[in-house]
Amino acid sequence: MLKKIRLIARLDVKDTNLVKGIQLEGLRKLGDPNAFAKEYYEQGIDELLYIDIVASLYNRNNLSDIVRKTVDDVYIPVCVGGGLRSVEDVRHILAMGADKVAINTAAIKRPELITEVAEAFGSQCMVLSIQAKRSRTWPGKWEAYYDNGRAHSGYDVVEWAKRGVALGAGEILLTSVDNEGLQQGMDLELIEAVTKAVNVPVICGGGVGCGDDIVDAANAGADAVACAAVLHYKKENVQELKDDIRAGGVEVRRV
Amino acid sequence: MKVTIIDYGLSNLLSVQHAFAHFGAKTLLTSKPEDVLAADALVLPGVGAFQDGMAGLEKLGLVEPIRQKAAAGTPLLGICLGMQMLFDESEEFGLHKGLGLIPGRVVKIPDTDADGCPQRVPHISWNPLYPGGSRADFGGTVLAAVQPGEECYFIHSYEAKPTDETDCLAFTVYGGRRICAAATHGSVLGCQFHPEKSGEVGLKIIEEFMKSADR
Repeated sequence: MLKKIRLIARLDVKDTNLVKGIQLEGLRKLGDPNAFAKEYYEQGIDELLYIDIVASLYNRNNLSDIVRKTVDDVYIPVCVGGGLRSVEDVRHILAMGADKVAINTAAIKRPELITEVAEAFGSQCMVLSIQAKRSRTWPGKWEAYYDNGRAHSGYDVVEWAKRGVALGAGEILLTSVDNEGLQQGMDLELIEAVTKAVNVPVICGGGVGCGDDIVDAANAGADAVACAAVLHYKKENVQELKDDIRAGGVEVRRV
Repeated sequence: MKVTIIDYGLSNLLSVQHAFAHFGAKTLLTSKPEDVLAADALVLPGVGAFQDGMAGLEKLGLVEPIRQKAAAGTPLLGICLGMQMLFDESEEFGLHKGLGLIPGRVVKIPDTDADGCPQRVPHISWNPLYPGGSRADFGGTVLAAVQPGEECYFIHSYEAKPTDETDCLAFTVYGGRRICAAATHGSVLGCQFHPEKSGEVGLKIIEEFMKSADR
């Protein structure tokens, strides 16, 4: 069977601006996130992922208005993350038009939250977000980070992914902090290790610079790939990326 | 026209509302039996667990009003969990009774594909719709504007199995097996995918449902 993937645009937001960094540092302001979202929708992106990247530091998610405005005229799935700490936080952002939530920091601090969200809204709504960095102390392994890559948890990424699924996560958002923003390819060993360890879909992000990187990720086991810089800096548009993905032998939605 | 969207506390209703508003429909979000009974067209959305969905409908006294409207021929669109609840029963977390508007049951998607290899559950994907129940195309149905092969957004761990093959309006394929993507019985229609999240293809279905309700 031909491998099929979803292509997701990741929009990191700080205050009201779309931002992009390298390895989650050195953020550049790029403009109005809604304008980018609309453009990617019209180009045929399969899904949107909004992350409020400073939210967990300030304990709040600022994305309500942006999400609400997005779903006015964008009819594809929207996943939202950043600073969500409780079932009530999740209920609020879903009421604003989000379909799924991505939770990292709060799940590391209190893993039961995964079960609470899954029980309240279904597993399909609960995306466990994992920021993975190659470990210097554990050769060949990765450690889960939080607070947007600033703090380390002591959790082995593969074990944490398995535990998250056991607790009720219906999907995993796996971001390689090492490769993030560099546009030089994804951490394929990481993708393979996590996708083999769990039976739920895994969205992989961090490092996409061209369609071939996405093909490599799909062949390593990714079910969906999140792109940011390659789209934000207009190196390629969604249609060009999708053409390259298909040319590489991987199926993706046709628009 | 006015579309009555049933709110039983389980979903993102804003996107459903926007999709109907896109075609100029007035929408009413309601949890009240009297509003359901007065509706011209009904939408039953939903995500989450089957038993929670049915418990929500029962608590609000909506089960009988929905059944009455379906029996009277009022167009009713169930989406995702809302589609699954149209069936007789579900195996999700034990056996639970549904609305009984489409004969059949809801079962777990197998965790291995047709070749016996492990497959992902939930099934989350944009997947093509093909005419089911020996139909050659979607002509004369709510999917009339859809070209076979056009893709919609699916996110589910359970799938509906209509007893009568002809009730399967559309199917898709996951892991080499057919999954019922849309089911219909009388004035009742269920979509396993999310038309409100399926871009232009989904909007065409919403528009056609509104037209059918206007006729």
